[in-house]
This record gives sequence, C-alpha cells and structure tokens, in this order.
Amino acid sequence: MSLRTLPLVFINLGGEMLYILDQRLQALNTSEDNSEKVMTDIVGAMFSKDFMDELLKPQQLYSHRTLKTVLTRLAHTSIMRLSQASMDKLYELMVMAFKYQVFLCPRPKDLLLVTYNHIDTIREFVQHTPVVVNQVDETHRKVIEVYSSLPEGEFQLLRQTLLIFLQDLHVRVSLFLKNKVQNPNGRFALLSSGPVPPGIDVPGLIRMFDRKGREVRRGEFPTGGSYTSPIREGCFELHGDRVIRLGMNIYSRNHPEETYISKPPSVKQKDDAPNLLAKEELNLLARLMGSMKAEDMAETETGFRINLFMTDGEEGGTGTSGGAEQSSFEVINIQAIQDEQAATQLARIAGQFTEGDKLPESLSTNKGADLLALMDDL
Amino acid sequence: MYRKEKSIQIKNSASALYNNLGVLRIAPRRLTCFTAVHANVVNMVSASWDGLNYSHRQLQSKEPNVATSTSLIMQAAFCALPSRDLLVVTSQKGIQMYESDGSTMVYWHALDTPETNTVFDVPSKGSNITLADVIEGHKESITDMASECCGGEVCVADLVSADDGGNLCVWKAGEEFSLLNHIPGFDISCSSVKLWKGTAVAGYGTGQIRLYEAVTGILHAEVNAHARWIYSLDVAPFSGLLLSAAEDSLVRVWLLSMSPESHSVEIGHLHNECVTDTQICGAKFCDSDGYAFAVTGYDLSEIIRYTQS
Repeated sequence: MSLRTLPLVFINLGGEMLYILDQRLQALNTSEDNSEKVMTDIVGAMFSKDFMDELLKPQQLYSHRTLKTVLTRLAHTSIMRLSQASMDKLYELMVMAFKYQVFLCPRPKDLLLVTYNHIDTIREFVQHTPVVVNQVDETHRKVIEVYSSLPEGEFQLLRQTLLIFLQDLHVRVSLFLKNKVQNPNGRFALLSSGPVPPGIDVPGLIRMFDRKGREVRRGEFPTGGSYTSPIREGCFELHGDRVIRLGMNIYSRNHPEETYISKPPSVKQKDDAPNLLAKEELNLLARLMGSMKAEDMAETETGFRINLFMTDGEEGGTGTSGGAEQSSFEVINIQAIQDEQAATQLARIAGQFTEGDKLPESLSTNKGADLLALMDDL
Repeated sequence: MYRKEKSIQIKNSASALYNNLGVLRIAPRRLTCFTAVHANVVNMVSASWDGLNYSHRQLQSKEPNVATSTSLIMQAAFCALPSRDLLVVTSQKGIQMYESDGSTMVYWHALDTPETNTVFDVPSKGSNITLADVIEGHKESITDMASECCGGEVCVADLVSADDGGNLCVWKAGEEFSLLNHIPGFDISCSSVKLWKGTAVAGYGTGQIRLYEAVTGILHAEVNAHARWIYSLDVAPFSGLLLSAAEDSLVRVWLLSMSPESHSVEIGHLHNECVTDTQICGAKFCDSDGYAFAVTGYDLSEIIRYTQS
C-alpha cells in the first residue's frame, strides 16, 4: 500500500487536535498569552524541519499506538499537560474527524485540499509568530512539491491505505450526530445527491459509437439520485480558496459546543492489547521522538490545567461500559494536569536524543525496552 | 427486478480495495464460497445453497502479529482453471495460492514490481506450480485482469489487463503470451475490467464504464454510470448481464447485447440498488446467468445478497 501517508496523517490529525485545543482554550477564557503560547509551541514542534523531514521519508503507516504516542509528545512540547485518559478521548475525536474527511473526500486528490485547509487554519493560529509561520510555509511547500505530481491512482491508494487504518472505528461524535453527518450507529452519511466532483460527469448518459467513432445514439437511464454539475476546483497552491470544506475548523469559537463522544453499544473494542510493535515501528517512533524539539521539560511553572470536556461525571475509562445498551452519552471529564512523573519520563527519553546526534541503526534491546515501558506506563 | 436476501455475516469488515469480493460456485457440493479482504486477512465463508450452513475461515498474510503495510492484501480472487480452482491472494510482498477452500497454501511467489503480469503453470493437482512467464506491458501498476473462456467458439483475445493510468492491454495466451492490442487510457485509473464476447468492459475512477472491442480498440459505448470511483465490475457470461459498483453507494445492473447488424456490443440499463451510506468495494454475480449477486462495502461486516424476483 502507500508509503506516503504519514505526513498527511500528522498534519490532519495534528490539525484536528489543535482545533479542539484552541476551542477549549477559548471557551475557558484562558489568557490570550497562554493560549497563544500553547498553540505556537505545538505548531512549532509539529512543523519543525527535522520532524517533517522524518515524516516525509517514504514509509509505512504503523499503528494507532505509535501515532498517539507521538501526538501526546507533541502536545507536551507546550506548557499544557494531558492525562492519558484525556489523550485517549482526544485521539478518538481527532481520528473520527479525520475518518469523516477521508471517507467523504470527493476525489482522492482532494485529500490534499483537506490537508491544506488544516494548514491554512494552523497558519492563522500562529500568525503573530513569524518564525513559526515560516516553518508552516516551508512544510506546505514541501508537501506541494512531494504530492502535486502524484497521479490520481496513487492518491486513491493513499486514501485506501488510510481507510484501512481507520477501519472499524465508529465512535459517535455529538457534533457530527447533531449535524446529521453521522448516524446513530456511528457510520457517516453518504448522499446520492449534490454536485459531482470536478472532472466527473453527472451520471445518467449512455452514448453509443459506430466503428468510425461517431456517436450514433444516446440514451438516459434513471440514476436513483439527484446529482448536479460540479462546482469549481479548489486551489492547490500555497494560498487560495480550497472550495471544499472538509478539514476546516468545525469547532468554531462562536459556538462553543460541548463535544461528547461515545462508542456504539455492543461494539467489540478493537484489540489494543500490547502487540509486539515491529522493530521497524519502534525505529520510527525513536526517530520521530528524536526529531522533535527537546524543550526543557523541567521548567515547572504552575501546571496548566484545562478541562477538555464537561466537568460532571467521573473520568471515563477506555473500555466500553458493559451492559449500557441504550446508552446516553458517556459524559467525559478530561483534565489536563501537570504530571510530574510523565514529564520526567518523557524528558528522559527526549534527553537520550539530543539534536544533531545520529541515532543508532537499530535500537539496542535496552532502548527498545525503555520505549515499550514508557508506553505501558503512560 | 432483484430483491434483497438475507445477508451473510463475515468475521471482519471489508477493506476499501478494488474488486473486494470473490465468489466461487461449487455445484457438486451445493455451496457457494465468498471471500472479502480485511487488511491482512482474507475472510472466507462457504454458504450452503439451502441457507442453513455457513462455515467461516480466515487466511492471514504471513506475519500474523504485526500488520505492517507490505503484508496488506490487495486482492483475493478465485481462479477457475479447467482442472482445478484456486484462491489467489496478492499483496505487495507477493502472491499466495491456496486450494479453493483455503485449506492449504500451494504456492508462494515473491514480487518485485507491480507492473508486470506474472504467468504460472498450474498442474491439476499438488503444489508443483512453476513460474512460466513474466509479461511486461504496463508502465503503471496493474489493477485488474480478466479472461474469457469461450468454450467451443474461437476466441481472439484471451486476456485483458488494466492499470492505474487507464490503459488496457489485450493478450493472446499460449506458449508465450502475445500482446494483441494496447488501448490507451486518459490518466484515469481503470479499477476493474471484464472480457465478454471479445468486448473489454472497463470501469474507471471517473465513474464511467467504457466498452471497447478488445482486439481493435474501437470504443463502442461510454456510460456516465456513477458519481464516484468505480470499484468493481462483473459480467454474467451466459446472459450478458453486467454489474457495476462504486463509492457512491450504488450498484447498477446493465444488459450487454451483441447487435447482429453492426456486430458491435450495446448496453442498456436495467436496475439500481443503493446500499445506504456505504462505499461499495466488491460486487459479483453468484452464477453465470446473473440470477443472484453479492455485494461488499467498506467497513461493512456482511455480504449482502440479491436475487431476481
């Protein structure tokens, strides 16, 4: 399958993460300074040259565990701390938003437009910090360079790889349910109406040709849908109107929705038990962690505590609650707390990879065990 | 024209891959075998014709614990050869061949490039399969292949293969395969192709179906069939029924016929089925007359069946 998924995965998932964080920071009247610092720190780490260069190398897409670990680390490059439970819920929300975008993408290459929507909004978040804006622009240029020339078939393969990665996830998101883009069973709504994507003809026409290529007959057939002509194509340059809305910030500041998530009842939890990560996957994890800017983790200003979701109810576990068939939404209390221990462990890992050092070809079993232990402890 | 029957549950949901449904009708045992790919696993279910017995089996790509991308399966298909039936499973790592009930793997071939057709000599029993030929004809990844068994009639074209650029290659089989024709594409992937009475029926990423006379490359018909990428085509050879399925959640049934005056193929629309909120990835007739067909969809853990009413 495709070896070019990682950059798009990180930019889109990271983008969703930033949308949610931004919305909560605003809703809780966090000081302008603190908000901006959090956003700028995370964006700066995510779009750092080293990190992006690692992502842009052709490679496989690994497991959700690896992604979640790296995204947690990214979030922790800011002064904000998230507990494991918070990160789990946040991750599910991010992943479902991304799945919605990939699933409903009109044409495979429109995945790029979705990505650019994320990048455009991220650029706005950090607009007051030119250094970081430059990093975002640089990354955007690299993405354009790498992906613009891929043929549509490659994009479809990329999309299929992503769809396999996102398969069987049916977490219900209250905002999606409310907007009727998701059904109560967790599946996204597919309409058989509306404009066809650019480059596709409205269905319904049959044309027959003679041996010389002249059209001799045409006919129509009932399509069972109501399709209309395509609207204009979005812009694939650094700046421009993307036209499609997938990937834009749905957690608008003007309507601070509480966003609940819940799993559909009686769904078998995807097996998250620690399967042995492939050696290659551990290597990737090490490379990505190592390429992130190593902030001074010991700096302990008072913990930055935010509630990502509503405060009533106990902190939800990660398993499905048995027996809740007709489940009302599990209300989740997510707290971002300063976790001294986690910070120290991460600092230790981060400290092992100082900037500029070459990583060993393969991890010695010791280092591998450390990373595994870290993930078990998180 | 068709009505929905009881669906068959499968162990995992189907992945979004082209032509992601295999169907093998085993008349002597009065059952039909279905396969659907989920990531690195092939889900097989054998359904008895009386609807009473279903037996499941799963075939996994070589490394069971670690689902790395290269062991993801791209397609699983039944190949009905004159002497035996095989289940062929392809991934980026290689080709595996199994007995048609999935019980034993009879052959494994590692792949270097996805742009070549590989030809194997398959004996009627056992695992003495040998690589007979590697034919080059495509510059882009091959997406689908189809062949036609003409019975008593003389067939000019035996095999057609399609690729990601929408190009079709038409071959004559024999001691050596020879390229009869190359039908250029328009940089739009052809995701599925079938051969019927010398006509190559091709489905594209633009949602179009095109009918070409295989040997000459003459375009006989073009249909704006779907609003999204076509994922699967199938032909019922005895009746000329054609099935098309796409990401737009629709399955359409068409009728192909040879017009006696113009000696060219014609296509007419018969029926639509909508699988709500589902991007369809596999659709196949369950018999050569097209009396019944089955459908798989992304994230769907069932095989939906329809029969003529």
